[in-house]
Amino acid sequence: MKRAVFFAPLIGFVALVAILYAGFHLNDPSRLPSALVGQRFPGFQLPELTSGKVLGHQTLLGEIRLVNVWATWCPTCLHEHTTLMDIRKETGLSIVGINYRDDGEKARRWLSLYGDPYDFTIVDANGDLGVDLGVYGAPETFIVDADGIIRFRHVGDVNDRNWNREFLPILDSLTDG
Amino acid sequence: MVSLLLSGLLGVWVAGVSTIDAFEFEDEAERLRYSALIAEFRCPKCLNTNLSGSDAPVARDLRRTVYRLVDEGMNDDQVRRYLQARYGDFVLYDPPVRANTWILWFGPPLLLLAGILVLRRIGSRMTRVSLSDEERARLEAIRKQ
Amino acid sequence: MTTSTSDILTVTYESFDATLGTLWGAGPEIGHLAAIIGLVAAIVLSVLGHVGAATRRRSWVENSGSFAVLQLVTLVVAFAMLVHAFLKDDYSVVYVATNSNALLPWYYKVSAVWGAHEGSFLLWTLIMAVWTFAVAMIGRRLPYQIYGRVLGTLGLLNTGFLLFLLQTSNPFLRLVPNVPTVGADLNPLLQDFGLIVHPPLLYTGYVGFSVAFAFGVAGLISGRLDATWARWTRPWTNVAWAFLTVGITLGSWWAYYELGWGGWWFWDPVENASFMPWLAGTALIHSLAVTEKRSAFRGWTVLLTILTFSLCLLGAFIVRSGVLTSVHAFAVDPERGLFLLVLLGVTVGGSLALYAIRVPAIRSRIAYRGLSRELFLLINNVLFVVAVAVVLVGTLYPLAYEAVTGGDKISVGPPYFNRLFVPLMGLLAVFLALVPVARWKRTPIRLFRQVGVLLLASTLVGALFFVIAITSDRVLNTGSIVGVVIAVTLALWLLLSHGVDFIQRKGARPLGYLGMLLAHVGFAVGAVGVAITSVFSHETEVRLSPGDTVELNARQYHFVSVTTVNGPNYIAQRAKFDVGGISLYPEKRNYLARNSVMTEAGIEAGFFQDLYVALGEPLPDGSWGVRIQEKVLVRWVWCGGLLVCFGGLLAVMDSRYRRLALRRDGLATAGKVA
Repeated sequence: MKRAVFFAPLIGFVALVAILYAGFHLNDPSRLPSALVGQRFPGFQLPELTSGKVLGHQTLLGEIRLVNVWATWCPTCLHEHTTLMDIRKETGLSIVGINYRDDGEKARRWLSLYGDPYDFTIVDANGDLGVDLGVYGAPETFIVDADGIIRFRHVGDVNDRNWNREFLPILDSLTDG
Repeated sequence: MVSLLLSGLLGVWVAGVSTIDAFEFEDEAERLRYSALIAEFRCPKCLNTNLSGSDAPVARDLRRTVYRLVDEGMNDDQVRRYLQARYGDFVLYDPPVRANTWILWFGPPLLLLAGILVLRRIGSRMTRVSLSDEERARLEAIRKQ
Repeated sequence: MTTSTSDILTVTYESFDATLGTLWGAGPEIGHLAAIIGLVAAIVLSVLGHVGAATRRRSWVENSGSFAVLQLVTLVVAFAMLVHAFLKDDYSVVYVATNSNALLPWYYKVSAVWGAHEGSFLLWTLIMAVWTFAVAMIGRRLPYQIYGRVLGTLGLLNTGFLLFLLQTSNPFLRLVPNVPTVGADLNPLLQDFGLIVHPPLLYTGYVGFSVAFAFGVAGLISGRLDATWARWTRPWTNVAWAFLTVGITLGSWWAYYELGWGGWWFWDPVENASFMPWLAGTALIHSLAVTEKRSAFRGWTVLLTILTFSLCLLGAFIVRSGVLTSVHAFAVDPERGLFLLVLLGVTVGGSLALYAIRVPAIRSRIAYRGLSRELFLLINNVLFVVAVAVVLVGTLYPLAYEAVTGGDKISVGPPYFNRLFVPLMGLLAVFLALVPVARWKRTPIRLFRQVGVLLLASTLVGALFFVIAITSDRVLNTGSIVGVVIAVTLALWLLLSHGVDFIQRKGARPLGYLGMLLAHVGFAVGAVGVAITSVFSHETEVRLSPGDTVELNARQYHFVSVTTVNGPNYIAQRAKFDVGGISLYPEKRNYLARNSVMTEAGIEAGFFQDLYVALGEPLPDGSWGVRIQEKVLVRWVWCGGLLVCFGGLLAVMDSRYRRLALRRDGLATAGKVA
């Protein structure tokens, strides 16, 4: 049927509209999937926030941990802080902080003021570890398993909603397995 | 081009505050490579700007990283792979060629090819003797059989 | 004399204001009401036009013109009311409160009207009404069935736009009783001459293509898509295209001096949104030439009228829906996006269905042999349509990719577009150089001999250029030098072939011909600018303290001082740089209302190069990060754009369009006498 050719533009257009419509249902354009899920946590040699002791990658091994990237200049981090305190209190899960592009003095004051949910806090003053982790801002939170493999990455604050929906199922699967 | 700007989404850096760092380079060629590379990567936290056009902290860190990698002697491809491994395909303004980007890379060239074929068909149809409408209709009828 | 134009304007405005004082209080409501009446006018216009033409009620069609007038008047009133609300700092109006501030100079208060989504869309509908009015006035001599359907289609379109405006984007909404006392201010990036001129020109182009679209729809319904139809459509299309050309050119220039990094095009989705209709429009004006002269390509030409305007609507969708990530997009609002998508779907889907049903009956076949002018125009069309495809696929691919892979992201940026787009333009340049010799139907082969000689000459110049570039001290990538050499060679060839044709041409040189020459020359000038400035510009980033001097391309840049300057609504750190007798004043401005910092580059514009200095951050030791650039031939990029625009306008003034009008005028009077 030769006339069918003339319907080709219409069909192409319908496909275009379908793509545009799908655009409404995609997630927040500022969210990025991590290239690092399933990869080993990157190596580092960085000081701890309070003790000043230099820590390496092996300090993360041995148990499942949340690794939380935070900074005092980030208002969302303050908002998230109470949730992290609750998680720490209720689950006893190990949480490790990465103090990202921050002032050490301010960070220590912040922890004494609002409480310290972290087992220890790694100081990433110039953001190099952040680059290795593919971090593009604070807060971000990773689940790292006992072998030091990154299992999950979350961008933005941790709250009750995404904790129950996204974090718990992954943590459960890790403890079951 | 600025065509009416800006959503001012919180936490997203917008253009207009392009940044300037002053790195030292061994030679001009290295500086050129660095400038070309930072123009080629997308700032992950920005709306749609490259590393050289953004003042977001992460863009600064990534520029410094690119500088370090270039300084350490990595070639362009190694730098690309280094950032891609950490930030995913999203940071590459130059998308990789693979099965799920074939339409992107080969679609338009194929369309050009199709266009050329159509031109040839029209041309060859017409280089034959010009037919009168009646003759053409008869020809169509014969073709259809 | 101290009285300036702005003083006179203020005085006039204030006396006017005092007279109508009480009425003004209800300004936003009057504006809102006017827009609603405008909508009614648009609906009546569509009914009178389409139904009148379909049922052969000549009087309906003849009266529809007055509703085009009514639509224009009401929308002018609506727009004036919004301007007034801005000038009066009426912060009870949400749109004013979020986009203005008392400290803003009056001219930015006026341009702030189109500084964000709602007001700019009101401007869009107003421009739509202006075009409709123009068609209603100038097109009176068209056969009434065409006239009715064109006006009816324009009315339908503005009905959709006004519904969208009133339903989702009403700029007249009040915020009572909690009226803010200060305005949030206009985005500082937009407090610039660029905002005053760029959007109105761009929209005039965008919306102008609706006229070509309306002619296409009218032609499809009436079954009339012949040479005469093309002759009616052509001037309208050319004017819209010229406006879009200048709009895009100005936008690029604005980004260059305002964003502070010296770039002038980034293949951003919003830039692409304006570029796609331009590319399709370029194909359209060339295709219309064939349809007018040879009554051929009818089906294809009418498809292009639909395609071009569809891309305008797609552009509006991209800018206003927030579906694609761009630096330039408006605030994200899914409801608006959905409405626009429906509008797009109905308009384009409907017209493409009409096309599919009607066109098999009306299309034409073309006859040409070998290298005829028809073939060249067809090649132009193929290249521009492929160019549209490159930009469209590149712009939407990240979206489709994310939808299909379920969340994976990919970026498509300048490297992709340049790699596919630039070779297409190279190919285009080759054919453009041959255009002056091409004849309708068939070109005698001897005519190509002379252009061959010209190619030889320009290749020699190109080779010389290559040797100079490769032996200079500058470290440059050989590949990019080769690219520039090819671009310069082809551009030179194009200029020579057009120049020689102009000189040798016997007989009259009609404006249509001159317009074509000018537009093609503009393309060559722009191409040379793009190629040279991309590869041969100089750039350095240094840390400087006042008193320091740095050298770039044998020029000494002396950093003299930094002073604090108070602007109307900002405080600036203004640096002074001396470069060989010239002073540049780059600034770092802090806009108070939004507390946002902006870079204002110091630029010394020149025909051969721009000297461009931008300030970065002040460092603790009193020094500054400074970016210094010498942009070689960057002005040529925009000069090219302007030449292309003038070429388009010149062609519209060709006497044959006026002769056509006169002839029919004559017929009409003759008819009356008889």
